[in-house]
Amino acid sequence: MLAELLNRRSGLVIGADKARLIESKLAPVARRFGFRNCAEMLGELPWPQEELAEAITEAMTTNESSFFRDRVPFDHFRARILPELCAARAGKKRLRIWCAAAATGQEAYSLAMILAETGLIADGWKVDLIATDLSRAAIARAREGVYSQYEAQRGLSVQTLVENFTQEGTNWRIGERLRRMVSFRSFNLLDHYGWLGDIDVVFCRNVLMYLDAHIKAAVLDRISATLAPDGWLILGAKESAPGWEADAVRGVYRGMRMAAAKASVA
Amino acid sequence: MKHCLVVDDSRVIRKVACKILESLDFETDEAEDGASALDRCRMRMPELILLDWQMPNMSGVEFIRTLRRELGGSRPVVVFCTTENDIGHISEAMGAGANDYVMKPYDRDILKAKLTQVGLV
Repeated sequence: MLAELLNRRSGLVIGADKARLIESKLAPVARRFGFRNCAEMLGELPWPQEELAEAITEAMTTNESSFFRDRVPFDHFRARILPELCAARAGKKRLRIWCAAAATGQEAYSLAMILAETGLIADGWKVDLIATDLSRAAIARAREGVYSQYEAQRGLSVQTLVENFTQEGTNWRIGERLRRMVSFRSFNLLDHYGWLGDIDVVFCRNVLMYLDAHIKAAVLDRISATLAPDGWLILGAKESAPGWEADAVRGVYRGMRMAAAKASVA
Repeated sequence: MKHCLVVDDSRVIRKVACKILESLDFETDEAEDGASALDRCRMRMPELILLDWQMPNMSGVEFIRTLRRELGGSRPVVVFCTTENDIGHISEAMGAGANDYVMKPYDRDILKAKLTQVGLV
């Protein structure tokens, strides 16, 4: 019943690793909704209230994130993708970038830091950096832009930290200039993508690996439809779209395993 | 194998840091304050120094100032690992010649990420 709920609402498949975590992930939700334990809560699943169904789905999704996670995709974005797209769009001076699984915002803010370094906005470019996640709680945290010392240290040099954050006790708040560069909203990858418009770069990392195969294919189709013909889809290091990517997206970059994979994949 | 000197007045912290560093393929050595760290550096200069701030005899910031003055240049890589976690201390350390700064408590992930940033992992 839980598997069916998750699959219907988010496409999530509960793998063996997740199955072991069900109790620990759902116990806080059970307490919050007044159930004595998880088993009692799961007994409600045939007819869950919307709020409970949402809370269970959110709790079972993974919101692991860090600044410049895996580093290589960001280096590639900075060194190859941005220069290439800027050259191609020099007339319109417009870029649209979408973080499709933004979690608590570190990926989007990492991209904002790179974009700020380039000086594109000062040079008159309109850059839309859209960050979405299924989890409303994660998006609320991302929008707030406050990170613990542990989170702030993961992936940021102290120089970058001091330049882009202000210290609030033991926490670090993202600078207002970077915060304003990102538009956050909650969004389910199974919903309609029409509002997104044409996107030049999609970061959709470490999500597809958790989805059911046919849902994964449907999500990739939708991303493909929203991506500009010369756009880029950035997947997680452990992800791929076998038998699909060559035709549907001009370039698929698979994180660290395939550096500069565009030519060889497309 | 790269060589790292761990400078901290806490034996426990030195042991934990050494264990993490060894898992990252470093050869490790230890010093309990800035003065003995300088002696060790004069005998054998490491590629990396993990440095606490508050220590008897010579503090971390006094140590790095002396080290940079004696050697010149930016080698070895020095990363502060300290509970002095405010911007004032961070700025002072960076101004004295530190390459990066880790705020305690830290774990293997954070240390690995920092060492990747400074090009040692």
